[in-house]
Amino acid sequence: MPSINVGAPVGALVDWLTANLGALFHFISTVMLALLDAVLIVLTAPSPYVVIAIFVVLALLERKWGFGLFTLIAFLLIEAMGLWIEAMQTLAVVVVATVFAVAIGIPVGIWAARSRKVSSVVRPILDFMQTLPVFVYLIPAVFFFGIGVVPGVISTLVFAIPPAVRLTELGIRNVDKEVVEAAIAFGAKPRQMLREVQLPLAMPSIMAGVNQTLMLALSMVVIAGLVGAGGLGAVVVRGISTLDVGAGFEGGIAVVFLAIYLDRLTSALARPRRRRPKARTQAPAPATTTETDQPALASS
Amino acid sequence: MTTQVRSVQPDVAAGASAVEAAIKATALTKIYGPRGGSESRHRGWRRAKDSGADTKPKAAADDVTFSVAPGEFFMIMGLSGSGKSTVLRMLNRLIEPSSGELLIDGRNVATMPDGELRELRNRKINMVFQHFALFPHRTVRENASYALHVRNESAAKRDERADWALQTVGLGDWGDSLPGELSGGMRQRVGLARALASEADILLMDEPFSALDPLIRRDMQDLLMELQRDLNRTVVFVTHDLNEAMRMGDRIMIMRDGKVVQLGTAQEILNSPADDYVTEFISDVDRSRVLTAGTIMQEPLVTATERDDPQDVLRRLSNVEGVGAYVLDDEGHIAGITRADLLAAGVGRQRATVGQLVTNEFKTVGADAPLSDICTLVGRNSVPLAVTDTDGRLVGVVPRATLLNALATPHPRKDDGNA
Ligand SMILES: Nc1ncnc2c1ncn2[C@@H]1O[C@H](COP(=O)(O)OP(=O)(O)OP(=O)(O)O)[C@@H](O)[C@H]1O
Ligand SMILES: [Mg+2]
Repeated sequence: MPSINVGAPVGALVDWLTANLGALFHFISTVMLALLDAVLIVLTAPSPYVVIAIFVVLALLERKWGFGLFTLIAFLLIEAMGLWIEAMQTLAVVVVATVFAVAIGIPVGIWAARSRKVSSVVRPILDFMQTLPVFVYLIPAVFFFGIGVVPGVISTLVFAIPPAVRLTELGIRNVDKEVVEAAIAFGAKPRQMLREVQLPLAMPSIMAGVNQTLMLALSMVVIAGLVGAGGLGAVVVRGISTLDVGAGFEGGIAVVFLAIYLDRLTSALARPRRRRPKARTQAPAPATTTETDQPALASS
Repeated sequence: MTTQVRSVQPDVAAGASAVEAAIKATALTKIYGPRGGSESRHRGWRRAKDSGADTKPKAAADDVTFSVAPGEFFMIMGLSGSGKSTVLRMLNRLIEPSSGELLIDGRNVATMPDGELRELRNRKINMVFQHFALFPHRTVRENASYALHVRNESAAKRDERADWALQTVGLGDWGDSLPGELSGGMRQRVGLARALASEADILLMDEPFSALDPLIRRDMQDLLMELQRDLNRTVVFVTHDLNEAMRMGDRIMIMRDGKVVQLGTAQEILNSPADDYVTEFISDVDRSRVLTAGTIMQEPLVTATERDDPQDVLRRLSNVEGVGAYVLDDEGHIAGITRADLLAAGVGRQRATVGQLVTNEFKTVGADAPLSDICTLVGRNSVPLAVTDTDGRLVGVVPRATLLNALATPHPRKDDGNA
């Protein structure tokens, strides 16, 4: 049995990439840092209590009092544990990573939904991204982008993009075939059909993908802490490496609070919205009565 | 007793020979390729084993030729998997034909570029779906005006057309609702309104009523027939229910395994089924509801005018062993009937005319009355049941023997052969 060295060429490739595409990596790094900083400033510039109030208000939009109360207590506790800045750093990483994952994942998902060929190419790549042990690409990411928050975001991306792609593709493919046919049968262009029929009807599934992306991104923060991404991950890593169980637990519980908050907030998006169309149903109702009275006004 | 008047079009029976056909399909064929269809993908495993048996792919539609006249109500029927939907969807190229020619209003659809095809779908040929296929996130009005939305009409025009269409299907007050808030029957009305609002004059319907309750289905059939008569759309209607096909269709195309087995009017099919498959089909047709007085009526053997000589009429009656005859005025309206005994009594009298020897012991029906409605009227009087046109003129009669013959299944011919 001849031994085949798979690792060597990959290593060579990484070397080559570092040597030749350094400028590109530097550019990506700069853009990402700027974005992270921007988000972090927004989150940390106001007093923590103002930010907590905003979080609670967002939670209350769900009309669940318990969720609002949980939000209040959880974030006050994070602040009381002295982990506010770290928690906001983590939130910034998660938000930026999710935005990128969604910005890449949804278009790829749409593309895959419209072409079997693309789908059959994309699928194994996604499997690869999801199952490859994190450290395998965390290390090259450090080579490319240096120690710090950027490789953390990049490896988070690798992990978090697949659900966005998969659930977008699934959502579009699951749109009732007859409804799609109806749009075509009335002369809609493919692009118009995508925008007006497929995407709106796939939205619950796409939003479930966004939710999953967020959760996976959050689950990566501790690991990202290992490569210097800061935030709660760093707190946990520090706690573990100094055998300070208490500190590690504090970091861990803060991550869990963030996770529960983000999950509850976004999983509502994944449910088909009943409220919005209802509101629209009621709004034009008075117009109908005037219409029957004075048809001329209806057109204005 | 007024039954719905069916639009009887003289050109229809002759197919498209007289008028230019609205749809003319020649040798349309669809073969799902070995790698083209999604089906082969799913079947890949099971197929692999017995692939030697059928290497030749089966045609979903095989050499289908027909034409539909403007304003015709054309039925495609057959069992599940016989290729009905495939044929229907080739008409607006939701399914690309593998070969064959398709002309719509004389324009070649098969080779039409995409833009023109979209225009054709938008303005000329619309579709109603089995499971309604409404856009659940759009209001009923927005659904109804979808074709106009696609062609970028102004909001005012859109709403006006949509409201007209919704009014037409009896949903005038529901424009602001969402489809999810409507019952099945109402949803299909929206589906119909969506196709009406665009003013396309060809309507493709794929089993549009098969998902509805029998009673609602009946309502929808009536509605559709009424609309088709008023708006004079050309309808191509897929169904697997022969009763539905015969009730509504001007002509019926029966398909089996992608091939056309028989194409003709309900009467032609009932009277001379092309093969055992069709015979099987029509065996459970309720002939008394499908056949109408107009389709089985016969020329009256003897008629008289009011000025006729009783003796003369009596002689003509006895020639055919009749006992009574209709007496008509100059315009052909029925003035009454006369009977052999009345005539005989009049023969002796001076200057008697038939006009003095009439009674009104007769019944009339319209040509569109189904046989189920006339059964009780036939055979009661000395004259056969009269069939009249809308102005009350006599157009034919239904003798009792004719009625019984029509209600019997078409097996007698076989029996004749055996006897
Ligand atoms: N996408 C496809 N790929 C391969 N074969 C197909 C595909 N769609 C339909 N067929 C085959 O074509 C044949 C005709 O199908 P079609 O849908 O036209 O039948 P139908 O008469 O409309 O049946 P039903 O009453 O069940 O709707 C069937 O044998 C079906 O298996
Ligand atoms: Mg079908």
